[in-house]
Amino acid sequence: MSALEIKNLKVSVEGKEILKGLNLTINQGEVHAIMGPNGTGKSTLAYTLMGHPGYTVTGGEIIFKGKNILDLEADERSRAGIFLAFQYPVSIPGVTVANFLRTAINSRRRAANPEDKGISIPDFRTMLKEKMALLKMDPAFAGRYLNDGFSGGEKKRAEILQMATLKPEIAILDETDSGLDIDALRIVSEGVNALNGPDLGVLVITHYQRLLNYIKPQFVHIMMNGIIVESGGPDLALRLEEMGYDWVREKYEEVA
Amino acid sequence: MTNLKLSPTIRQTGPKSFHFSESQILNNAENKVRKTAFDVLNKTTLPDTSVEAWRRTDLKSFPIDSFKIFTTLDEIALPQIPKEILEPMVDDKFGGQIITTPFSTTIALDEDIKNSGVIFTDIKTAETKYPDQLKKILGTLVNPEESIFAALSASLAQTGVFIYVPKNVKVEKPLHSIFWAGGNGLAFISNILVYLEENASLTFVHESASPKESEDQILSSNNIEINLSKGAQLRFVELQSWGKNVWNFSHERSRVEEGANLDWIIGSLGSRLTKNFSDIDLVGVGATGRMSGFYITDNNQHIDHDTQQNHFAGKTTSDLLFKGALLDHSRSVWQGMIYVAPDAQQSDGYQANRNLILSEHARADSIPGLEILADDVRCTHGATVGKLEAEPIFYLKSRGIPQAEAEKLVVEGFFDPIMQRIPFQGVRDRFKEAIINKMTK
Repeated sequence: MSALEIKNLKVSVEGKEILKGLNLTINQGEVHAIMGPNGTGKSTLAYTLMGHPGYTVTGGEIIFKGKNILDLEADERSRAGIFLAFQYPVSIPGVTVANFLRTAINSRRRAANPEDKGISIPDFRTMLKEKMALLKMDPAFAGRYLNDGFSGGEKKRAEILQMATLKPEIAILDETDSGLDIDALRIVSEGVNALNGPDLGVLVITHYQRLLNYIKPQFVHIMMNGIIVESGGPDLALRLEEMGYDWVREKYEEVA
Repeated sequence: MTNLKLSPTIRQTGPKSFHFSESQILNNAENKVRKTAFDVLNKTTLPDTSVEAWRRTDLKSFPIDSFKIFTTLDEIALPQIPKEILEPMVDDKFGGQIITTPFSTTIALDEDIKNSGVIFTDIKTAETKYPDQLKKILGTLVNPEESIFAALSASLAQTGVFIYVPKNVKVEKPLHSIFWAGGNGLAFISNILVYLEENASLTFVHESASPKESEDQILSSNNIEINLSKGAQLRFVELQSWGKNVWNFSHERSRVEEGANLDWIIGSLGSRLTKNFSDIDLVGVGATGRMSGFYITDNNQHIDHDTQQNHFAGKTTSDLLFKGALLDHSRSVWQGMIYVAPDAQQSDGYQANRNLILSEHARADSIPGLEILADDVRCTHGATVGKLEAEPIFYLKSRGIPQAEAEKLVVEGFFDPIMQRIPFQGVRDRFKEAIINKMTK
């Protein structure tokens, strides 16, 4: 079982400490949710796990499959099996979804075997068609420039399409529900659920509870001021929905 | 139009003019056009940076006295032309091909195209066999006074391509020509002359090339003159992949008559230094011209494109997009001008130049310009010089794509709008390959 273990993680951005000793373990087959008010460090955690160079780890470890991955670049982490669905996917003008995905797949194959010739075009097409059908995406989508002029829903669907194509072992969904209407939310969630299984660990980062009606976590964590302050089952999310974050703030104000 | 003033006031060390003789004029020195141009050449010196058009392209280190016109006595064995240059078109077979070296010319043309009255031949043959048709275009558009190189090409062209398409003839298959040069000290002086009669149409692909890594110092000087008569259509793709020690100078001017359309693609990959003037004159109502340029430079390359979109008649449309990426210590210049004459009302002119700087030592100058003398027109322009952004690269890396691959992908994407305008898979592939090769050093 490949676990992602985050141990006493401390992270600074431009000299300011955002994560202040965060601990969390996610195993394959588990769905975790991190909830918390804005500005508490949720996205910092997501970017740090993926290896964004703008986030400086000042303490702690990130262990994946038994190895500390802090020294790995983002592409190496990805090939090791970590995936981040971005809150704000970046547009790459001039690069089609299909070209991009093929390059991503071939990068994996070449890393495993430098002699690899890459996936054949027919194999790639078949695979892509299948994954796009799963997410109810128009095949013409593959020919569009990546995230360029995409609606909010299209961007998030494209993220899940990438996840389906790259088959990670740990997927981090950063505010995947933001900017989605109910229909888009349902389609995206169904996509994630279809990928869910014993081989995938999921970390859902969200501000609102509503996504958790669709993607059901076994574990819910509340984050405040750069650490996890409360962990529990699905009922914890419901409690937040009912009572808001104020009770957490009151309880942990002194921690900050 | 531009009047270039010569500047005798600044003292330069080293010679400033060529030493060719009138007897080197092709076929016979009695050719009036060439002889007049030769007189201009004789009194013209190398421009220095005080001349506006040459302000950003310094010829101080140009060894003007080290070039000569080769004769058969100088004949050297040239390497084979690479396969990818011979076959730039994957999807389409061409209808004719001319391959020119300093020592030989081979010409092939499909029978049915020949029978339709199309002339597709080299300059030397054209001067003896088709003087009347040649007269209609040779020396009619590029003024030898524009620069010493314009005068050189106008007077002493030794080789080149002449295309003449009669009225209403639509040439379905593209014509293709190649200049393939080699030899240290070679002056490769050429003309490309294209004349389309009314409602004729043609696709023409030309490439100038020499062995990439050859140390040979070569001068290429070329005048291109293109006339599209009423309703004619030309798609012209020109690519240069000169070797690393080639000095490349080109004066190119097209004249587009009423309702005619020119789709012009200019790709610059090679040479040590390139100075290219390319002008479109829209002289008839409803004439349209599109210019698409791309360049990717590395090492110490210097590529300078000077473009002019002249709207001389009403309801004319021009659209220019030049995109470039720069590596290492290379430098590019794009200077463009849209001119709209007083009575060229309801014209529409557009120009944009986008540059991507991939090295802190590279530099791109981008200078758009408008000169509008009519009041009912639409003219817009844009120029940008930017760097690779960090966020797209991180995004691609987060999908397992290594840094170098991610950068190539973003650069390829940057050029995609230009690639979309190139009708040949083979040319697109060549350019993609050049991006990858230059970025993988």
